[in-house]
Amino acid sequence: MSTSQWLPIRDIAAKVNGGELKAVDLVERALSTIAEKEEFAAILATTEVRARARAQEIDARVSRGEHAGSLAGVPFIAKDNFLVFGAETTAASNILKGFDAPYQSTAIEKLEAAGAICVAKANLDAFAHGSSTENSDFMVTKNPHDITRVPGGSSGGSAAAVILDMAPFALGTDTGGSIRLPASFCGAVGYKPTYGLVSRSGVVAMASSTDVIGPMTRTVDDAAVVLNVMAGRDPLDSTTIDREDDDYTSFSGDLKGKKVGVIKEYMAEGLSTGVREQIESAIEKMRTAGAEIIEVSLPTLPAALAVYYIICPAEVSSNLSRYDGQKYGYTYDQAADLAESYSKTRSTGFGKEAKRRIIIGTYVLSSGYYDAYYKKAQTVRTKLIAEFAAAFEQVDFLVGPTAPTPAFKIGEHSSDPLQMYLTDIMTVAVNLVGVPAISIPAGTSEGLPVGLQIIAAQRQDKDLLATAKAAEGLLA
Amino acid sequence: MISDEIRKQYTATIGIECHVQLKTATKLFSAVGNDAREAPPNTLVSHIDFGLPGALPVLNAEAVHLAMKAAFALGSVPQKFSKFDRKHYFYPDLPMGYQITQYDEPIVLGGSVTVNIDGESKTIGITRAHMEADAGKSVHPVGKDYSLVDLNRAGTPLLEIVSEPEMHTAAEAKAYAHELYLRMKYADVSDANLYYGNMRFDVNVSVSKTDQFGTRTETKNINSFRAVEKVVDYEISRQIQVLEDGGVILQETRGWDDTKLRTFSQRTKEDAQDYRYFPDPDLPPIVLTDEDVENVRAEMPVLPDEWRQRLGALGLDTSQVEALLDAQVEFTAEGYLPLLERSMDDSVFAKQLANWIVNIDIPFVRDASRAVSVERVVLYKAVTDLVGSGKISSTNAKALIVELLAVDTLPGDVAKYAEEKGYIQVSDEGEIMKVVEQVIADNPKPVEDIKNGEMKAIGFLVGQVMKASQGKANPALAQQLIKKVLDL
Repeated sequence: MSTSQWLPIRDIAAKVNGGELKAVDLVERALSTIAEKEEFAAILATTEVRARARAQEIDARVSRGEHAGSLAGVPFIAKDNFLVFGAETTAASNILKGFDAPYQSTAIEKLEAAGAICVAKANLDAFAHGSSTENSDFMVTKNPHDITRVPGGSSGGSAAAVILDMAPFALGTDTGGSIRLPASFCGAVGYKPTYGLVSRSGVVAMASSTDVIGPMTRTVDDAAVVLNVMAGRDPLDSTTIDREDDDYTSFSGDLKGKKVGVIKEYMAEGLSTGVREQIESAIEKMRTAGAEIIEVSLPTLPAALAVYYIICPAEVSSNLSRYDGQKYGYTYDQAADLAESYSKTRSTGFGKEAKRRIIIGTYVLSSGYYDAYYKKAQTVRTKLIAEFAAAFEQVDFLVGPTAPTPAFKIGEHSSDPLQMYLTDIMTVAVNLVGVPAISIPAGTSEGLPVGLQIIAAQRQDKDLLATAKAAEGLLA
Repeated sequence: MISDEIRKQYTATIGIECHVQLKTATKLFSAVGNDAREAPPNTLVSHIDFGLPGALPVLNAEAVHLAMKAAFALGSVPQKFSKFDRKHYFYPDLPMGYQITQYDEPIVLGGSVTVNIDGESKTIGITRAHMEADAGKSVHPVGKDYSLVDLNRAGTPLLEIVSEPEMHTAAEAKAYAHELYLRMKYADVSDANLYYGNMRFDVNVSVSKTDQFGTRTETKNINSFRAVEKVVDYEISRQIQVLEDGGVILQETRGWDDTKLRTFSQRTKEDAQDYRYFPDPDLPPIVLTDEDVENVRAEMPVLPDEWRQRLGALGLDTSQVEALLDAQVEFTAEGYLPLLERSMDDSVFAKQLANWIVNIDIPFVRDASRAVSVERVVLYKAVTDLVGSGKISSTNAKALIVELLAVDTLPGDVAKYAEEKGYIQVSDEGEIMKVVEQVIADNPKPVEDIKNGEMKAIGFLVGQVMKASQGKANPALAQQLIKKVLDL
């Protein structure tokens, strides 16, 4: 990985608070990098006016002798499914084109309160439906390492932005792997917290029971610093949980004596040779560093993708009901009556993938099919949760690849949605179970980054970050 | 018209779904005011009620508390586990494209209420009651090519109470609806103001000649007890007529025209939607502990059935008891039942008090449409003493009470006041005798009748004595003296 123009986030904030760095300069640096790297199509819009004003405010606070927060002056980029002031929030969909958020997401509010400055909105697969960022209704983001390849998805714009050095960190959302997968494809660190640790309020919902919000960074340390600001219960999101730790950043990574389970099902066929080599080598390095390596089998794992592609579209079909052209966003204005207004707004406003998921979700929730699909999927999900819990009785962490292959070519899977869904095969189970997981860079295959996925038990976010940091040191 | 003979061949079956608006300060899932009555359109709306992207519902704890109270009021116990589900359909006044409701695991399962129809008591089962968020209001201006939506009401907390199909007459349906009203008022769960739509009834009716249910119709959004009764009567007649004419009953939703007094078809079952219910992933289930349940049980106010028992024990008849129960909720500020409750130790006084409240006080308050400011207990105690000691006739007692209910402050000495105002009856034999002699002289015909054995004419003469004395004569003494003069 090339060296970054950005210092570690902690150091940036310290220097801004100390008056050595100016927030206004940091924002300009971010904005000019964004402009320089436009060809990668990572950014949908900048929030430059608001960002500059906020930077001046922070500098003014510092010059008054105030402490401007643990993220003072740190520019960041939000995936465009976060409601943010200063630019429209579209979730990369036509149906939300022109929607200006009248309130901000809790995560953004917390980051702003800590002094961070949102400078831009990143591209994504529309409504976060996808694994390549090709499903954006507006443009296809390119992989920073190879412009002919996808950055992964759905947080592809965020991952690319971090690796293109546009900002020290970006926010992503992970419903079935959408933080970890693009992190893996772009060579970034992608952190998916325990379900409920970060508020979903003000983030365009995809599948409510698996959506999580997390940081995308260059280092584990940076991820921890950002998580530390966002984590915790939010009165606006009833599914949030209390912080497990007062400080998610104070850890020392050490693998000695740690029991690390290698997921048998993830190391099976379907894994590309290059990825297998890198992951096996990473595991070897962990063993050498003192970890006890155990092979673990989770027999229900092969069903996870099928389960996910029932539960997720079910929730998607419901969550997308509100985009009906009656209140905000795009409206088909030639309709003769209400029924036509609904059908034309939704059939022309939603992209192909959103419509595909609405249809699948509507089908599996229909009377007569509910038991055979949705209910059965929930039963298997419960089994999966039990298997993970049993595994964590045996080991401290589970490891495996984040994705079966490195970044694929733009257009390679576009004609076959099933092939695209298979990209998520190693990430979706974690979302169904709700446990935390991280993808960290683990070498390259044919010049493209490979990601190592480390998974921990429910609420063990801090231990996971500590172990990821230790692994990061070994793999650098 | 259907003859009674034909009508008797059919059994009608009625089930009622009742939507009760819970009296929370804020909406079911957002921190926005709940009282949409006077608010300009779309002013009580948050990002949650508006269905903005990223908005998540947050359950109002007070709504759960009230639903728990309702459970007890319906003769049930709150379920320790219940959850919210999404019910999907598209309509402009439903901003999220789904309604949040409780589908298969509601907060109340089972229960019953007992009503009294012409002296016979009848128990009607409650199937379930569930919480849900109301939709907004759509307005379709006549002659315009647009509709308007007001979301003030969107998200208002409702409790939908579903009865078993166990009613068979319009009178039962009306009594059931009224009993739900009383219970929701006494449990302090809802303002239950029917005018403002705080309680709305969906009335399901079917008729059948066999022991199989007939096809039912559902007449929706009825907002008076009288209309519930009329809907049932109308639907029973209509359905029998259709069947007698060889037709079939369509399973359909009907509306009620309150001026033409008839139901009309709104939509048939063919339009029925698949609501695609599934558990709302944004809302964790409601899990109640034994302690939660017992705490609410302990705070339950006295409910109508217990009042019926207590007041019945005083010897009041059913119509008096029901009049008191109604008056307590109609004129809450008057505090009739608390007044009676405080007087229960003296059962004679309590019964007298109840009589006066029903016959004098309630009509007074209703006619005058004003609250009473005097201390009722002092007034009624004083008048009871006057009656007890024979100093005042019941007619004068009533007049005195009416007079004093209207004053701002009671006279310090009610007995003295009654005397000054001439309400005290005369028990002086000599004085009454003068009147008696005059009355006998003025009424030769009744006197003749009495002498011929028509003793009830004595009552007439007593009445004349009372009249002549302006109500002041002691009627018992007057009767005695009449008999004496006539040598009876």
